[in-house]
Amino acid sequence: MPIPEELIKDTASKLYERALKELPGDVLEALQRAHERETNAIAKGILSAIVENSKMAKERDLLICQDTCIPAYWVRIGTRAVLEGDPIKAIGEGSRRATQRIPLIPHCVHPLTRANTGTNVGIHVPVLHIDLLPGADYVELVAMPIGSGSETAPSALRIFSYADPIWAVKKFVLDTVVEAGGKPCPPIIVGVGMGTSFDYVGWLAKMAAFRPLNMRNPDPEVGRMEEELLNAINGTGIGPMGMGGDTTALAVNIEIGHTHTTEMPVAVKLLCWAARRASARIYSDGGVEYLVGDGIWGT
Amino acid sequence: MGNVIRLETPLSEGDARALRVGDVVYLTGTIYQIRLGGHLKALECAEKGERPPFDLEGSVIYHAFSSIARTDAGWKLNYIGATTSALLNKYEPPLIRGFKIRGIVGKGGMDRATLEAMREIGCVYLAQVGGASALYTSRVKGVHAAYWEELGAEKVFALRVEDFGPLHVGMDAHGNSLYENVSSAVKSKLPEIYKALKIVV
Repeated sequence: MPIPEELIKDTASKLYERALKELPGDVLEALQRAHERETNAIAKGILSAIVENSKMAKERDLLICQDTCIPAYWVRIGTRAVLEGDPIKAIGEGSRRATQRIPLIPHCVHPLTRANTGTNVGIHVPVLHIDLLPGADYVELVAMPIGSGSETAPSALRIFSYADPIWAVKKFVLDTVVEAGGKPCPPIIVGVGMGTSFDYVGWLAKMAAFRPLNMRNPDPEVGRMEEELLNAINGTGIGPMGMGGDTTALAVNIEIGHTHTTEMPVAVKLLCWAARRASARIYSDGGVEYLVGDGIWGT
Repeated sequence: MGNVIRLETPLSEGDARALRVGDVVYLTGTIYQIRLGGHLKALECAEKGERPPFDLEGSVIYHAFSSIARTDAGWKLNYIGATTSALLNKYEPPLIRGFKIRGIVGKGGMDRATLEAMREIGCVYLAQVGGASALYTSRVKGVHAAYWEELGAEKVFALRVEDFGPLHVGMDAHGNSLYENVSSAVKSKLPEIYKALKIVV
């Protein structure tokens, strides 16, 4: 039996809402640990407020942040799954429903005229990244809404050459964080993409930023660089909200891909502390499992 | 940490001048959500010698994004949170001087020209914890009124708040900016961090 369009709409809608109201457990834990460790009094106060806010949002069914983003999803389609109708339109319809039901101020506008579509849905919005899952008979959806504070912070992309030393890449990451200062609402998660190509490295950086904070890159060389950059960034003293302190970043997550012999594409995506995501698996028999734990980043 | 201070609006010049960067403030009373459109309109009033339809004199303003709906029972707040104050840098000094603004609630801090106007008039910058909408929404107890509705999403709202905070004094009325202090401290630490990462500059 094919997966009904209605089930995709409903799941997309619920995931968007859940992402906006329930901070993933790994993010909340990292914030709590940062709060315990923080030695700067103002920073400690800010982290305490962030933890209180995040618990309150879940308990009282409130939004974590007033920037409810434009909708975005990572869609992983099992090659043995059969889908009814148009799943892309269905995900858009789910986002529209959540926007209307919660209700949210829709943020989706035309890039030039700035005309608001009124539905939070538009051309290429929801922003989708679509992958295949070989052999699986289910579909996985991860809501990863994009807020504007951290998106405009600025994130950065540069294609280095093989002649550039690796420290130039480290400097690029560090300088991006320093230039952004308090704008992306630190403590941030620094997502770094390395390798592949111009178009794909941005996605790697975004995927890295959303990866659970308790997972290091399995490549030991890369894992070491994550730790090294995290220490460097927290050594700057930018602190929560740019007001000083030990906690500038909760993690540096790096995702890599191989690349051309002469190139080193690097993308840096700064994600605010309100790192919102929610995921579910939709089975061919119509069952939906909302994921918890690390399996494709359950909350 | 600085002192924890509970204040009622409107603030006096003395209230504002008594605060120092690092103090934590909780506000009770009325604060005005005023965005770019509201700044422009208020400055237009000042230029023409007209009074805005609400009492901006000595008030606390809020750089905020909110969802406030019109209902049969009046305005209803769905959610609210601070927006980036730096977007209003150009318009804040004349607003502070024109209306003796005593407090600005926002996020991210403001520039040197604004700091100077704050020092001159007696005004403080009160930083909300960015993104913490649930917490701050719960401290807004009502929406008194909307003004300049022709501005659409940029209209001004008078909000009734209780223990609205924590708000960290990021810039005080004595020329101190925590943002400037942190920024120069970060700059002075960078050479050492570069060295540790074997960065050649």
